[in-house]
Amino acid sequence: MAKKESTFTNMVATLFIVTLVASTALAYVYELTKEPIEMAKLAKKLKAIDDVVPEYDNQPVDDMYKVAAGDGMDSLEFYPAKKDGKLVGTAIRTYTNTGYNGLIILMVGISPDEIIKNIAVVEHKETPGLGTKMADPKFKDQFKELDPSQVDLRVEKDGGDIDAITAATISSRAFAKATQLAIDTYKEGGTK
Amino acid sequence: MSQWKNFAKGFIKENPVFVLLLGMCPALGVTSTAINGMAMGLATLFVLLMSNMVVSLVKDFIPEKVRIPSFIVVIATFVTIVDLVMAGYAPAVHEELGLFIPLIVVNCIVLGRAEAFASRKSFLSSMVDGLGMGLGFTFALTLLGSVREVLGSLSLFGVKFMEGDGILVFILPPGAFIALGYLIALMNKLKKA
Repeated sequence: MAKKESTFTNMVATLFIVTLVASTALAYVYELTKEPIEMAKLAKKLKAIDDVVPEYDNQPVDDMYKVAAGDGMDSLEFYPAKKDGKLVGTAIRTYTNTGYNGLIILMVGISPDEIIKNIAVVEHKETPGLGTKMADPKFKDQFKELDPSQVDLRVEKDGGDIDAITAATISSRAFAKATQLAIDTYKEGGTK
Repeated sequence: MSQWKNFAKGFIKENPVFVLLLGMCPALGVTSTAINGMAMGLATLFVLLMSNMVVSLVKDFIPEKVRIPSFIVVIATFVTIVDLVMAGYAPAVHEELGLFIPLIVVNCIVLGRAEAFASRKSFLSSMVDGLGMGLGFTFALTLLGSVREVLGSLSLFGVKFMEGDGILVFILPPGAFIALGYLIALMNKLKKA
């Protein structure tokens, strides 16, 4: 079969049909994958919450509330974990833009008496093999059971008490900063 | 040209990464581990195979002057499908590669094969070509990822075989260029031998 000629109507009609078929196919796939994508996101969030607060029997995601985090910052999401109606901990979704490669999102678990319980890394784009080590227990676990009023949440290089990851001071600093933000926000109006 | 030769050329003789030097952005960007390289390769393989097949089927209905926009729409559609399906069913992989998946649209290999091969050849030849080129690309990315992971993290496919930190530069972007350079040299040597 000979090629179709490049006349005006031919070209318009062809492109119209091509885009129509493509968009229909995409809309269909989008509908199909919408639910699994939502589920995957929710599962990830729930896992991060589970990692940082003690056992609970409510639905922290449904009880989520937002708290303003100071000038020019997006407000943080607070996920209260309750057992028998009593607050046992709060998971705070905190962030910083000061990572080596931009945005870092952490989930910080704080007990009602303002002790850091645990921290989970939700999202980051740090250098593989260097900054990614912030998710390793070796670095992360030094925040466990810390009382933020007793220790200086800065890396040692800046005069604080946090032992930074070798060759990834910027990532470590950002991690500490995001944690500090969560604590400050919690103190200012997180308890509800 | 026999279909077997058509298929096999993607691996050594016309390997997209080592010989044609196409698709360098994903090849260098995501290959910090073998698994990432392989996942990227397989995603590209799917897009390449599907777009080659579709393009060879519709080539007679597309006027010469609008063939590039049409091909791009076809390719972009398959890339978006890969992106959505990956986000839904393999969120962990999607998290690692997410940034690079949309870039498959402008991957030279995909449009290159559509334009230079699929728009001229039969359906079967185009399918075989897409499969061969895609597997060649996957092979190259997995190899590059393995070399970088072994040297940089002292592990392979996520399994650590030695304690310690490895040679950090191989995980960083410059390491991609260094590793690729040596692999191309090695490939050339092997081809001559």
